[in-house]
Amino acid sequence: MNATADSYVTEDGRTIGGVLMDMRNITLRFGGVEAIKNISFDIREGEIRAIIGPNGAGKSSMLNVISGFYNPQEGEVFFRGERRPQMKPYQVARMGIARTFQNIALFEGMTVLDNIMTGRLNHMKAGLFRQAIWKGAAEREEIENRAHVERVIDFLEIQAIRKTPVGRLPYGLKKRVELARALAADPKLLLLDEPMAGMNVEEKEDMSRFILDVNDQFGTTIALIEHDMGVVMDLSDRVVVMDYGRKIGDGSPDEVRTNQEVIDAYLGVAHD
Amino acid sequence: MNDAAPMGELVSVPMLLARNAATRGDHAAYREKEFGIWQSWTWAEAAQEIEALALGLINLGVSAGDHIAIIGRNRPSLYWSMVAVQMTGCVPVPLYQDAAAEEIAYAIGNSGARFAIVGDQEQVDKITDVREDIPALEYLIYVDGQGLRKYDHTKMSAFAAVQADGRENGDKAELAARIASLTYDSTCVMLYTSGTTGRPKGVVLSNRNVIETARNTSEFDTLSAGEETLAYLPMAWVGDFIFSVGQAYWAGFCVNCPESAETMNTDLREIGPTYFFAPPAIFESYLTHVMIRMEDAGRFKRSMFKYFMDHAKTVGPAILDGEKVGGMDRLKYFLGNLFVYGPLRNRLGMSRVRIGYTAGEAIGPELFDFYRSLGINLKQLYGQTEATVFITQQPDGQVRSDTVGVPSPGVELKITDDGEVLYRSPGTFVEYFQNPESTASTKDAEGWVATGDAGFIDKKSGHLRIIDRIKDVAKMSDGAMFAPKYVENKLKFYPNILEAVVFGAGRDRCCAFINIDLTAVGNWAERNNIAYSSYQEISQHPLVLDMIQDHVDAVNQSVAQDELLAGCQIHRFLVLHKELDADDGEMTRTRKVRRAVVGEKFKDLVDALYDGSESIYTETEVTYEDGRKGKIAATLKIRDAKVTAQSSQQVAAQ
Repeated sequence: MNATADSYVTEDGRTIGGVLMDMRNITLRFGGVEAIKNISFDIREGEIRAIIGPNGAGKSSMLNVISGFYNPQEGEVFFRGERRPQMKPYQVARMGIARTFQNIALFEGMTVLDNIMTGRLNHMKAGLFRQAIWKGAAEREEIENRAHVERVIDFLEIQAIRKTPVGRLPYGLKKRVELARALAADPKLLLLDEPMAGMNVEEKEDMSRFILDVNDQFGTTIALIEHDMGVVMDLSDRVVVMDYGRKIGDGSPDEVRTNQEVIDAYLGVAHD
Repeated sequence: MNDAAPMGELVSVPMLLARNAATRGDHAAYREKEFGIWQSWTWAEAAQEIEALALGLINLGVSAGDHIAIIGRNRPSLYWSMVAVQMTGCVPVPLYQDAAAEEIAYAIGNSGARFAIVGDQEQVDKITDVREDIPALEYLIYVDGQGLRKYDHTKMSAFAAVQADGRENGDKAELAARIASLTYDSTCVMLYTSGTTGRPKGVVLSNRNVIETARNTSEFDTLSAGEETLAYLPMAWVGDFIFSVGQAYWAGFCVNCPESAETMNTDLREIGPTYFFAPPAIFESYLTHVMIRMEDAGRFKRSMFKYFMDHAKTVGPAILDGEKVGGMDRLKYFLGNLFVYGPLRNRLGMSRVRIGYTAGEAIGPELFDFYRSLGINLKQLYGQTEATVFITQQPDGQVRSDTVGVPSPGVELKITDDGEVLYRSPGTFVEYFQNPESTASTKDAEGWVATGDAGFIDKKSGHLRIIDRIKDVAKMSDGAMFAPKYVENKLKFYPNILEAVVFGAGRDRCCAFINIDLTAVGNWAERNNIAYSSYQEISQHPLVLDMIQDHVDAVNQSVAQDELLAGCQIHRFLVLHKELDADDGEMTRTRKVRRAVVGEKFKDLVDALYDGSESIYTETEVTYEDGRKGKIAATLKIRDAKVTAQSSQQVAAQ
């Protein structure tokens, strides 16, 4: 199924397109440690793709390879059918890939609005000088981008905290603001690193709702790492399972759930 | 009552709209904050939007006389729906947006609505859940499509799409004919009563009811086209309909809708309404916020606040009523205004309030005076859905906390021998929908309506004074008067207390349930390093109980001052392990406690209050917001309160 480039329609009526990102034989080493061992998988346009695995399986490293932060020693990354050369993170962002972080990386002293505006940076053309003068093009540009940000704020229902400094917000809301910032960049591919870590049930439900809504409304392709198995199984179209840097499973949630190797990795297996 | 309309052509709300669009076409009629900016629509634009919707509705096949449910938060599009529905000869039926699915199903089933206009996905989901129970409902129209893309659209469409269809393919001649067929006595709106007792009933109000009431009361308070209001109270509540549709259309002023329920305070400050309306619960929660913030303030600010607030309490209301106040006191008040009252009013968003009303529930005198002493012209009015709100209201300069004012223009009042208040007015409702028995038992042949409230006309002022619901006013076993609301309101003045329910009818003494206010108590716990993991745990914390006990003792002392009511002092109390909630039927949607339901549901607790036990284990069923049910169990401690000595002869008798 992975190899086909044909699009198909899911049970709930979303169209999943061809391959957006193709990871081929990726190996990533830190000195002598092999964090990722010869892994291949793809992400198709419009799908929600989860990467799961026990602690230390190499999930975050994988996400960092996708986002271009790490350069694998071996293997190739294809984005929209073209081989992606080694890139700086900002170049990756310009390609339409945005992400959130496991440990929230927001500007604590800035307001929610300002934080989300930083997500629009790649869409602002005016230089420092023109922005300082602000009249004319720079002003128009800011208004356009602000309008975009406001739509994101409306979408994620955070109007009430628009002017609140991020440092004063509870954890669950900070996570939502981070998602807002990533969304503001208008990404083709959205990477979420443990979007629900440390949340209570209600916050998880809200976040799941928003992830599904983002995917549904904007057609954004989403790749996420998550520990909460219930959430992963409910949200994702396909799941990659990693253990000790290897890929041990890949397929629909149901396929993965019944995969003996995956069960062993999660429940442990007797070594004798 | 069937004579022709006295003011010529203006016999329906759509005609008022046409007049406003013609005479004040370029003035703002609606504003809503969206995407961080106040979007506004002039009367001319609003008229076009409404017409487009009405045309679209006709294309969808609504036939004159249909009921159309409207559910959602206050948004211009839903207000337009109310008027558009009337244009098509149908009857708008606004429903509470936080009502559970079954309640909505009941109202839709009862009214026989074939169409519903709803705000967002939440409401669509609720209706989808109960669609089997309401087979008559054919079609949904939603305003906000977020999350609805994947839904089956064969039986629903977007508000904007209906409008677009109306603009393109609308039959204007048909619409004009339908508008022309509206008379002064055709139905303007149907509202469901909050139902303190039994099932909600649909109250049918005619154009005559709404327009005459709006005209009379606009004149009473000299409301002009320049007023600004914030529409944030439930659209299903008669008050909101009269303020945001009736009076707004009559006087031609602008209705502002907040961005969301959470941004209400910010939006209030930005708009600075001149005409403001809130039930006591809102004023209470504002006071709680102010008090919490003052406790967190520095010592200098705190003492300044206390000094000037004490002064305001003594002279503020008198200054507002234009009475004589000494020069020194005036100077001090002036300084206070500069440093405390003015900034506080601004903080509350009430700097520009020319007329403020509180109604829906009796307001505690302490609470009422707090706002008046700040220089906010807060007044009381007394009314009900069946009267198109207004029965009595307080004229400027004659405001008192213990009365509800003089009869509104056009209203006649009568007190029966039992002390029940009756009224007759142009606003008196037409009937209860499909319920002639209830109509007949409420409204007699001459048009007098029984309010179910006990009251009397104050001899000195000529104002009406309401004692309580007539079925709540009772005697204690020793014959002393039992007036629970009076005591409850005193308790609720304390920021830490959210709700109180006092029992004592037919008993030898009074006992009370208390609900803590989690915002205030939580803040207090934070400052005092008290850890807690749940509402239930903090509610039973010994220090919290001590704090509540202090409040109860203080209230007892104050109640003891009143000879008539000294018997209503609270002997024992407990703090409830859950907040009273409309979802559990313990309150109405307008947040009035259903005393009988609470007494019945927590019968074990009431018994424990009276049998002298020190604690009681209880299990309570709760309904979560999504409709699931669960159980919570708790052991509640019962405390004895200090009772202040009563009048001499009763002390001797003990």
